Amino acid sequence: MLQTITKLASLKNFYFFCGKLLPWFAWPTLILMVVGLYWGLVEAPADYQQKDSYRIIFIHVPAAWMSLFVYMVMATSAAASMIWKTKASEVVANSCAPIGAAFTFLALATGSLWGKPMWGTWWEWDARLTSELVLLFLYLGYMALQSAFEDKRTAARATSILAIVGVVNIPIIHYSVEWWFTLHQGPTVQLLKNKQAMDTSMLIPLLIMATAFKFYYVTVLLMRSRNEILERESHSKWVQEEKERL
Amino acid sequence: MTLSEFFYMDGYYLYVWVSYGLALVVMLAQYILPLRRKRELLKQLGRKKKRGQRL
Repeated sequence: MLQTITKLASLKNFYFFCGKLLPWFAWPTLILMVVGLYWGLVEAPADYQQKDSYRIIFIHVPAAWMSLFVYMVMATSAAASMIWKTKASEVVANSCAPIGAAFTFLALATGSLWGKPMWGTWWEWDARLTSELVLLFLYLGYMALQSAFEDKRTAARATSILAIVGVVNIPIIHYSVEWWFTLHQGPTVQLLKNKQAMDTSMLIPLLIMATAFKFYYVTVLLMRSRNEILERESHSKWVQEEKERL
Repeated sequence: MTLSEFFYMDGYYLYVWVSYGLALVVMLAQYILPLRRKRELLKQLGRKKKRGQRL
């Protein structure tokens, strides 16, 4: 086990490992997206209160879940980079930031587009919305800090600290709707609890879309990681050989 | 359900379709950007190699 991990920590092995994984995530993404979109937009019934406007949920909730999930992956990789100084974890953490920012932006934008017809406002400074906006700034701050350093290893040390400190915001986002009185509604999907506030005809497409987003995330993460490895290792022989092969 | 009913979304078409459109644009961009970057990187590698041979 330890041997496998040490092996993967070398950028060359990690590059080829990512390449092998790619099709196993790219194709399921496409299939899950098509099924999820059809189910969510066509098969699922309209909501009795919100009518068809609720269909934004199939984008909004998966994007919001991913915005938190990607941050946890980024912070875990950052912690690994600090403890073991592994380059592969630095690459993963760096690749997470722009993807996480994209998901956070989507969660905020679709939330706004949903809030206007349902709450009557595009934006409200309530705890859930504000903490999610802070998350967007954390991702953007990570990217800015990373590009501020010439040397990748020095940059990794600085960005790792930022990523780890920012973890504080994650439980705040998650529990914001319970701790404070918010305009944003409380959690609808609680798979671990028995009572289910959402009908299965809507819950199933939501879970399919959430899985599709997760596969999509891994796909683009692998692509970005491979690019950064090529960039970092551009002087080594194996990269030149890889270039010949492509 | 007719096709026009589907696109009308009970009158919420603007909010629903802008949301889905945004998701499409952002997620396609996140897919295409690394593809482009890869092509760019490989091109740069080729140049570096040629320079190396001349020296």
